[in-house]
Amino acid sequence: MPVTGAVHSFDVSTGVDGPGTRFVAFLAGCPLRCQYCHSPDTWYQRNGEPTTVDELVTRIRRYERFIKVAGGGVTISGGEPLQQPAFVREVLTRCTAMGLHTALDTSGFLGDRADDALLDAVDLVLLDIKSGDPGTYQRVTRTGRLTPTVRFAHRLAGRGIPIWVRFVLVPGLTDDPANVDAVADIVAAVPTVERVEVLPFHRLGAGKYAALGIDFPLAETEPPGAELLDRVRGRFRARGLTVC
Amino acid sequence: MVQERRDAWRGFTGTAWRDTIDVAGFIHDNVTPYTGDGAFLAGPTHRTDRIWQELQRMFVEERRRGIYDVDTHTPSTITAHAPGYLDRSHELIVGLQTSAPLRRAIMPAGGLRMVEAGLKAYGYALDPAVHAIYSRYRKTHNDGVFDAYPADVLAARRSHIITGLPDAYGRGRIIGDYRRVALYGVDRLIAERRARKDALDARLSAEDVIRDREELAEQIRALEELKTMAAGYGSDISGPATTGREAIQWLYFAYLAATKEQNGAAMSLGRTSTFVDIYLQRDIDEGTLTESAAQELIDDFVIKLRIIRFLRTPEYDQLFSGDPTWVTEAIGGRGADGRPLVTRSSFRYLQTLYNLGPAPEPNLTVLWSPALPEGFKRFCAQVSIDTSSIQYENDDLIRPDYSDDTAIACCVSAMRVGKDMQFFGARANLAKALLYAINGGRDEITGEQVAPVGPPVAGDVLDYAEVLAAFDRTLDWLAETYVDALNVIHYMHDRYAYERIEMALHDYPVHRFLATGIAGLSVAADSLSAIRYAQVKALRDTTGLVVDYAVDGDFPTFGNNDDRADAIAVDLVERFMAKIRRQPAYRGAEPSLSVLTITSNVVYGKHTGNTPDGRRTGEPFAPGANPMNGRDRHGLVAAALSVAKLPYRCARDGISLTTTVTPDGLGHTRDERIGNLAGVLDGYTDAGGFHLNVNVLDRATLTDAMAHPEKYPQLTIRVSGYAVNFVRLTREQQHDVISRTFHGAL
Repeated sequence: MPVTGAVHSFDVSTGVDGPGTRFVAFLAGCPLRCQYCHSPDTWYQRNGEPTTVDELVTRIRRYERFIKVAGGGVTISGGEPLQQPAFVREVLTRCTAMGLHTALDTSGFLGDRADDALLDAVDLVLLDIKSGDPGTYQRVTRTGRLTPTVRFAHRLAGRGIPIWVRFVLVPGLTDDPANVDAVADIVAAVPTVERVEVLPFHRLGAGKYAALGIDFPLAETEPPGAELLDRVRGRFRARGLTVC
Repeated sequence: MVQERRDAWRGFTGTAWRDTIDVAGFIHDNVTPYTGDGAFLAGPTHRTDRIWQELQRMFVEERRRGIYDVDTHTPSTITAHAPGYLDRSHELIVGLQTSAPLRRAIMPAGGLRMVEAGLKAYGYALDPAVHAIYSRYRKTHNDGVFDAYPADVLAARRSHIITGLPDAYGRGRIIGDYRRVALYGVDRLIAERRARKDALDARLSAEDVIRDREELAEQIRALEELKTMAAGYGSDISGPATTGREAIQWLYFAYLAATKEQNGAAMSLGRTSTFVDIYLQRDIDEGTLTESAAQELIDDFVIKLRIIRFLRTPEYDQLFSGDPTWVTEAIGGRGADGRPLVTRSSFRYLQTLYNLGPAPEPNLTVLWSPALPEGFKRFCAQVSIDTSSIQYENDDLIRPDYSDDTAIACCVSAMRVGKDMQFFGARANLAKALLYAINGGRDEITGEQVAPVGPPVAGDVLDYAEVLAAFDRTLDWLAETYVDALNVIHYMHDRYAYERIEMALHDYPVHRFLATGIAGLSVAADSLSAIRYAQVKALRDTTGLVVDYAVDGDFPTFGNNDDRADAIAVDLVERFMAKIRRQPAYRGAEPSLSVLTITSNVVYGKHTGNTPDGRRTGEPFAPGANPMNGRDRHGLVAAALSVAKLPYRCARDGISLTTTVTPDGLGHTRDERIGNLAGVLDGYTDAGGFHLNVNVLDRATLTDAMAHPEKYPQLTIRVSGYAVNFVRLTREQQHDVISRTFHGAL
């Protein structure tokens, strides 16, 4: 019985989801309900296209040469890819065998589901740390908890896997200095973090909420200004972290 | 004061190029490839800044009035206008098309109507004496064409299934090897032409021999005039150039002569940077030139190229967005021996985009190969990110098919410099042809029978096999009618508006291309895909004309690296080229095809009704070989790989892809963006992609520029095959550009 995953969509992007030009597979299904989520259409696994490992790898092969020449790799994103760990493990193992650089874009909330074989096939983890204060984390994600993510980060570090941390800055939600400092402290304690990306909140996903008939809780929230972004990035830099 | 001239070829190596006219051989023997980065480059001098600022004041006035000035009395020739200057005592490279900067010339030999309409639009009237000469005594190219066009062609032209034909003005797209004047001097070139002509005396005076003799005689006359024109500026160019400054000046005089004689649709410069570099490097080695002085010479040269002007009608400018001249310069590439043809002067030419700011002209075109030196590749990517002013073409496709001394005519047309010329042929509208096929040859907008009567496609739901068969028959007619028109045009252009100086700077005999083109490829491909993979119902008006379509179901579209749709586009290119090849071409020209629209994609769309892919009547086509706006759903790379599948062997006149990315869509840091863009260019080139326009812009910048054009006088964006000042586009074109897919991160 071939392993099948629920795939929402794919994209080939540059400089956004890991280094270089990458094939990015967005898997369907996520246990979190982040208030700022820009892809509510990936929340449910049942909305994905059932796809075998072979089918996805065949699609990736169409870009293999381009990616190798241009520099880049494959990123498995979502949704939350670790909701489908067997599928992710198989796909990433096949990509590694092709000689492609692999990245896993995850919140880490389901990090315990990634077995060692899966992590052996991962060259880079894009780790989304939603917040540093446990209460804020729950308020942002509505369904999640902070500790699994922190535990996962340390497990990755223990295996020597490089991490790019992402933190979405939402005015009035995640920008509290104590929360920001808590994220920065967590990150500073993980030795394999190579960089921190502070991503400004945007409302480009609002149309998807409307189309799905779901309420977008941050419809009235403005993106952060340059000053706030600078200040937050500064908190990470102050801990010797590389920020962009 | 007569100075003893120094040995012009001192320090140069190699012998073969001394005995024959062989600029490529000279470059091969003397080039100093540069593999470093741009750290050595110099900024603008105070002198450069001052001259450029003065011109910018004039540009404001020019934009306001449409044209700055025009000489309505003097039909332009190489020697018709007195010498002109910007700032005589401070210019390093001299020469203007007329006696004053931005004063346009009239060139009625191409067509009197274009001249009169152009003048009238800007509030001028043609000198009655000139009108009399060109209406009573001297026939024009335009007159000749319309004497000989068959009715079929007139109908196809009227209905816009074939448009943009160079039948009312200069055809352009001919690149003289202007470097020859610098390397050999004019006298040597005249002697060579004389020998060619004399050799023809041995042949009987058949029609083609007579024509060649007359053309060679005209070429010699034009070379003499070139010397006279240069002498007016105080330069004796009978002998070769002895310094870098002279080399640039000599070749510029030759180019200038071409622009005095022809208002060609595109007046490319060629491939001059590495040639010039050999001279500049010698001066630097001799201790007579500094880096700053070398850059200053190139900056001054580029200033001249930026003020080349032609008198055109507002309709022409609307079609092509602004006031284009396509002073295309090919930079970089590799030699046949694998060495890069990248020199410090390749960098210096690109550096003008910093020293003078971004600009659409000259149309700087990098011949890209993944094997080029990293320092150059990164510098190009950096310039793209900073200025959006350069385009890229695949040197690894061009070099084996043409040569390592190949330049780009207009936007994407490869020509071996001084060896190939082309008969420019605008383009045929494939999307409209599909509608004609469905309607049995009737025009979907006017109902007029334009193509031969065929059986209209029957039934409510369109059948793929039936439509494809009808389309194939329509394309037979279109190819025949189209080449028929081109043969007439080029016969008449040779006869009434022959490019004397440009052809004097080509080999004899010259190799000719008949350059056809297609527009609406992605619309036609997606329409056929819809018919094949979804259900398309034809909606007819009361006369039975199919005027709209109802599409039920999903269908794959071109631009997603999906073979189902991409194969249709590939088939269309192959199919149409095969039909073009079957037509007899004027003067034995080799037929070629481009997938390029420039900005006429807007006008083509305006004249094309509803199409089966769901595109509404009047909606713009995608430019060039681009996927239709918004239908490429998997990003730039997937779109680029679809376009890269189009077979270059069937579209050797070039395949154009225009793309816009946001800075964030290339990476977070400047260094990352530069590396990533260079990587994408490597990947696209490696995949066989031919041409890429790269704009790196935010949507917000363009929106703001629409609202406040005065803040963005130099905002430059690449459109299909060339670049434009964004603020000079019509509002419609600005909207088209903004609505076009921005490939950026969500």
